[in-house]
Amino acid sequence: MEQLKTIGRELAMGSQGGFGQSKEFLDLVKSIGEARSKAEEDRIVLREIETLKRRLLEPDIPKRKMKEYIIRLLYVEMLGHDASFGYIHAVKMTHDDALPLKRTGYLAVTLFLSDDHDLIILIVNTIQKDLRSDNYLVVCAALNAVCKLINDETIPAVLPQVVELLGHSKEAVRKKAVMALHRFYQKSPGAVSHLVSNFRKRLCDNDPGVMGASLCPLFDLVTIDAKSYKDLVSSFVSILKQVAERRLPKSYDYHQMPAPFIQVKLLKILALLGSGDKQASESMYTVLGDIIRKSDSSTNIGNAVLYECICCVASIHPNPKLLESAADVIAKFLKSDSHNLKYMGIDALGRLIKLSPQIAEQHQLAVIDCLEDPDDTLKRKTFELLYKMTKSSNVEVIVDRMVDYMISISDDHYKTYIASRCVELAEQFAPSNHWFIQTMNKVFEHAGDLVNIKVAHNLMRLIAEGFGEDDDATDSQLRSSAVESYLRIIGEPKLPSMFLQVICWVLGEYGTADGKHSASYISGKLCDIAEAYSNDETVKVFTKIQLFANKAGKFKAYAISALMKIYAFEVAAGRKVDMLPECQSFIEELLASHSTDLQQRAYELQAVVGLDAQAVQAILPRDTRCEEIEVDKDLSFLNGYVDQAIEKGAQPYIAEDERNGMGNVSNLRSQDQHESIQHGLRFEAYELPKPPMQSKVDPVSSTDVVPVPEALSYRETHPISSVGSTSEAGSSELKLRLDGVQKKWGRPTYSTPTSSTTNSPSEKPANGASHVDSATASYSKSRDSQNTKKTEIDPEKQKLAASLFGGSSQPERRSSTGHKASRSSGGAADGSRGSKAVEKTIQQPPPPDLLDFSDEPTVTSALPSVDPFKQLEGLLDSSMSSTTNHNAGTATIAPDIMSLYGDSTASQDSLDIFHGLSTEPTGATSGETTVTTLPQSVKGPNAKDALEKDALVRQMGVNPTSQNPNLFRDLLG
Amino acid sequence: MSLQRGCSRSLSPRTTAVSTSVFEDFKACISEEASCQTISEINLKKQKMIRAVLVMNTQGRPRITKFYEFWPVEKQHEAIRNVFSVLCSRAEHVSNFVDAESIFGPDSRLVYKHFATLYFVLIFDSSENELAMLDLIQVFVETLDKCFRNVCELDIVFNYSKIHAILDEIIFGGQVLETSSTEVMKAVEEITKLEAASNAINLVSKSVSNWRSR
Repeated sequence: MEQLKTIGRELAMGSQGGFGQSKEFLDLVKSIGEARSKAEEDRIVLREIETLKRRLLEPDIPKRKMKEYIIRLLYVEMLGHDASFGYIHAVKMTHDDALPLKRTGYLAVTLFLSDDHDLIILIVNTIQKDLRSDNYLVVCAALNAVCKLINDETIPAVLPQVVELLGHSKEAVRKKAVMALHRFYQKSPGAVSHLVSNFRKRLCDNDPGVMGASLCPLFDLVTIDAKSYKDLVSSFVSILKQVAERRLPKSYDYHQMPAPFIQVKLLKILALLGSGDKQASESMYTVLGDIIRKSDSSTNIGNAVLYECICCVASIHPNPKLLESAADVIAKFLKSDSHNLKYMGIDALGRLIKLSPQIAEQHQLAVIDCLEDPDDTLKRKTFELLYKMTKSSNVEVIVDRMVDYMISISDDHYKTYIASRCVELAEQFAPSNHWFIQTMNKVFEHAGDLVNIKVAHNLMRLIAEGFGEDDDATDSQLRSSAVESYLRIIGEPKLPSMFLQVICWVLGEYGTADGKHSASYISGKLCDIAEAYSNDETVKVFTKIQLFANKAGKFKAYAISALMKIYAFEVAAGRKVDMLPECQSFIEELLASHSTDLQQRAYELQAVVGLDAQAVQAILPRDTRCEEIEVDKDLSFLNGYVDQAIEKGAQPYIAEDERNGMGNVSNLRSQDQHESIQHGLRFEAYELPKPPMQSKVDPVSSTDVVPVPEALSYRETHPISSVGSTSEAGSSELKLRLDGVQKKWGRPTYSTPTSSTTNSPSEKPANGASHVDSATASYSKSRDSQNTKKTEIDPEKQKLAASLFGGSSQPERRSSTGHKASRSSGGAADGSRGSKAVEKTIQQPPPPDLLDFSDEPTVTSALPSVDPFKQLEGLLDSSMSSTTNHNAGTATIAPDIMSLYGDSTASQDSLDIFHGLSTEPTGATSGETTVTTLPQSVKGPNAKDALEKDALVRQMGVNPTSQNPNLFRDLLG
Repeated sequence: MSLQRGCSRSLSPRTTAVSTSVFEDFKACISEEASCQTISEINLKKQKMIRAVLVMNTQGRPRITKFYEFWPVEKQHEAIRNVFSVLCSRAEHVSNFVDAESIFGPDSRLVYKHFATLYFVLIFDSSENELAMLDLIQVFVETLDKCFRNVCELDIVFNYSKIHAILDEIIFGGQVLETSSTEVMKAVEEITKLEAASNAINLVSKSVSNWRSR
């Protein structure tokens, strides 16, 4: 906007006060504008907050003033200060009758409140009322608020009204109602799942705007489940065709493009529907070709549509001609000067490359340019592309590039991301062990604490197990090269702790294996690093207690385990162990450690060193780390103990679900949840008192009966809540709601507590329609998980575990920590913790095979040249001749496409003429585009109209279809 | 997980340290779970939408902020600050797209446009197209310009509710509602007209009721 550049007048205008605001507000803005520092600004805002607090307490504030105060509150909160003291005034303002005030009130609450804020219940009633207002602006304001403020608990309170608004006479309201419904669907799919058909109906709305709005929810629905919307493919295609052929009113044009946003949405939907479906894809080819051909690539929005076409082409069943033209578009993007288009081009290239890998070759120079570009966004996108085209032939270049970039940036989030990418590629395509270890070292060194702990485990496993070949020589060579590189790196300052763990482990296991280094040398090194890193770790211990187990303790545990292994190997080999003084002092320090784990390890070390060679060999055999460890997970060795106890008169263990209601922890929790259900508010009017019969429900069958009172309350409030028509929607809704609830309440395990609560007659209906859904859902879920856990554990063991750990709730927790052990720590801290963790670790699936070179070998000759630029050329398999050939090829093919599409458009035209004559386009259009499969004909407000049209068409001898004629009347202008 | 195996094997008596390490693990798990879920991950898991519209000036002061899902004030402010620091470090002739995953969680994209003293920023996810969003900013600014004739930063500061009315006509609940600036203008003008009318009615009715009660 050129005009915006006239902003020079800036604050000069502040003093004029021509904005209808008070002097006070102008002064505030002005002084904030002039504030020199953040602190000064904060001071001004705090003063303003004080003023507002005072003002809001004054009695009888004029409404106009009040509106300004609310705006000032918004302003304060926008600057990052808390304005919660004024929320209630905003809420009050929504109750006001005057439209400007009401709108301001709604604006304020949508910006202030979250959908689970306490004050929401004060607004729901107002929203209900406003949704039924005669003034469509009030309705719009309420719909706007609904999107932001209604959560799954309050959806039922406003749902009937919103559904009713789908048939409103103003298209602006219908549009917003569709979107509000969409929002409900996003927030709680269960609550509106029975209304999904409405979205389909709105697709045939008279107003193209409403049709466009209904594409948003349909896009969501198709994303989740494309199969059930296959029948709409032909409708989408025909709509897209009509849009692209400018059949929409001129007002939908944007920069000479016909409704580009609708086109983009449709293309996205088609991409989903056509993915992996040849038949559906074939129906799209023509229209896609048309759009690509006609599109205006000089405007931004035209390129947006083109890009979306490429995405669609790449996603549906491939068609060579379309791929060809998509490649041409990409070429245009990449050659453009605009960074935006280059970005889109790279992205599109990444999508197309899976289908036709040779495309990249044409654009190698452009890709390299993008990689060298100072624009970070573009660079990252290019790395994304390179990631997709990595093969064993170019992995070295690409990963080296990535690592260099990773080292250069400071953004932790992206560093983590690209580090994991590097690791993945290196694991998948590594050309040699040496390169792999070097790369991993670099990654660990620079992003050690950011990478997933699994990566470290994989690396260690790899070093331990080798590359899967039976060649021991290579394996030991790998190990010794790893040891060498670690001994070199170990001297560097500030290594990430995860890397140190890997180093410790590898040095412990293999430090002395090849006999190159003496035990005392390695142990000295280990003690050095333990010394060097213990200090800065201990600081963390005090600041973050929860890190205790994870950080310092873990690291020391690694160090001492490594020491123990080294000494044990020494002893087992029959050599005399002479401990270095620093090792001695390190061990002594740990003997007095606060951590029992470290202490234990230290004592064990002492004990092991004192044993004879044979015993040590039994405890710590060399080179067996790849063998599976048998775990007795039933703890059968304790059976004798249990039997003994029972013989002595102890109670046998009863499983938790068998002694339900005995007040154990899980029941308490569910009780709590139930409480919260009961305290929820509802938004319907109270129903008539029921005869006492109803509340006396038989406890056993109560779970099935529970929905009854709720259904009653719903039905009774129904006439009040929806005064208007839509009885059809209402009744179907009622039925479906019941289904959902019944399923949720139908769990047999929870009989007693439910019945007890249903017996309290006033409470239960109160939570009726609005609250049951979510709460029961979560409740039954938690119940579910408990149940599954229970079935895993034999009651006998539970009892045993309970006796071991004390407390009936223990077994549950133990199992859960057992599951998490593999994740929560590197193993050192919980190594002694019992069999569970170990068992878990063994069951890990093996990592991807590192020597998987089978992935399509290429002609590329990535010479080990020093020049990175040349290497990249090699990566793209440069051959200028092929590029030119290809271009020539496309040139000759282009007219081909033209003629292909020319045919279809010609026939189209002739049909158009026919429509013009018949004055009733419906039947013929749909006949031509073969749209016959809309499931429901629209019986909206214009049903009669539509039927008349149908009859007319019949008279004229054209076959009408179930398509809504109105859509096409409008679309055809 | 050879790491764990290696270490656990080295410890033969297994009972003594059990109780403490269970507790420590438990704590670690709790803290891990508590810390790893940031607000953006909780809120933005599945919904496909435009997440936020931000307008800020070149000094990083927010002018219009609208989040289509709830973000606590502090989080909003933090996000705005982060966005600003990213934007002002961008060179001049680069793309209008920024990788925003570190600020707004996974699957989030950011498009911005710089007009005079203002940055217009849209945050959205994979359900929208970057170039199209860039044009949506254009629509917004065009409308503002039509509405205020040579719009400047101050217009935006002082016409807070009107700007929001315009924005609400363009983006509704995180979805694109209308992209024609003339249509938006029409809607907004109608709102202004009706608001004025209802004000007048209010005055009349009040004076009438006052007169009656007298």
